[in-house]
Amino acid sequence: MEASLIEAQELACWRAEKLVFNCVSFAIEPGDALLLTGHNGAGKSSLLRVLAGLLPALSGSLLWSGEDAFADLSAHGARLRYLGHQDALKPALSAAENLAFYARLHGGDVMAALEALGLAALAELPARVLSSGQKRRLALARLALGQAPLWLLDEPSVGLDAASVERLAPLFDAHRAAGGMVIAATHLPLPLPAARELRL
Amino acid sequence: MIPLFLRELRLALRHPADTLASVMFFVLVAALFPFGVGPSPELLARVAPGVLAAAALLAALLPLDRLFGAEAEDGSLDQLLLSGLSPAGIAAAKAAAHWVTTGLPLVVATPLAAALLSLPGAAMGTAMVALALGSAILSLLGTAGAALTLGARRGGVLLPLLVLPLAIPVMIFGAAAIEASSSGLAARPYLLLEAAMLALALPLAPLAAGAALRGE
Repeated sequence: MEASLIEAQELACWRAEKLVFNCVSFAIEPGDALLLTGHNGAGKSSLLRVLAGLLPALSGSLLWSGEDAFADLSAHGARLRYLGHQDALKPALSAAENLAFYARLHGGDVMAALEALGLAALAELPARVLSSGQKRRLALARLALGQAPLWLLDEPSVGLDAASVERLAPLFDAHRAAGGMVIAATHLPLPLPAARELRL
Repeated sequence: MIPLFLRELRLALRHPADTLASVMFFVLVAALFPFGVGPSPELLARVAPGVLAAAALLAALLPLDRLFGAEAEDGSLDQLLLSGLSPAGIAAAKAAAHWVTTGLPLVVATPLAAALLSLPGAAMGTAMVALALGSAILSLLGTAGAALTLGARRGGVLLPLLVLPLAIPVMIFGAAAIEASSSGLAARPYLLLEAAMLALALPLAPLAAGAALRGE
């Protein structure tokens, strides 16, 4: 039997003097998608931050191909894309410049990534004048830069209109077809067919 | 590291207010001093080395509390930590950008500030070298301080308290170098001591800052 690529074992997280979640275990394989659901404050965002290595886990472990993923946090960071609540955009830089910075770190083509999210016409506008939905799409455009096996998405569709959510479908499909994995926290339906659900 | 450094420079060019605020502060302190201590050139030249060093260190401190604060607020810090760069590399790029956008303009403004304090012309070159070294050390110490106080409430108050005690040797030897040069003595030993402190801070401060960024 082939070992699953990513395996979380009894992860627990302690934050602000309280236990956010406890005994979270799951395993995902290339091409899988996992939806994290649960009420506000259930710890979806914290779990994503723990999985990204941004927040230390109180206990438990994350195995990547059988090896401890948190042993080398920089290397772990480089093989995933994290989309948090904030869009991580610099208002003074144009949409293309914002993305070009990440393209230099991750590789990938800026114009193709803007095209994929329907932002090509806005490339030269400063991020400051974009609407919140356009900013979210610009943050999502980072996913279309260079390959990374694991995507951690924290409510990716917040602020997006229905057409923009549909635009994510080919992005997700191509990523999963290439053996990529998606873990997304969401309250809204996402175009991720055959995704499993983990309720926190 | 280089893309991050270049992005910092680009942001500083788009928003020159931070750089201008530091340079203005530095020049204004030098301009106000003669009103306080009196216009006598001998007296001014006597206090000039200390005033220049103190004003430059405090001016360089001004933009430090936003160094990582702005990145943490808009989520960029998470992206940087996940970009595959080592945290120490992120800190080193930030420190280098802080020096280029704050320290270097202060060095350029030094002749003006020194003239306002009637520092002898012969000491001008030494003053610029001493402040260049001093501000570079402060950029490094300040980056470590900014990383440590990140996430602390009122980090802006904590930061100077943390950094300035460490900067006292820089202050002493920087001012001593300018003093020696303006009274016709050799400034070289003092400048070499400052350079030695820079050589010490160069590897250690980014490592400390990187560890603090990870721990946040």
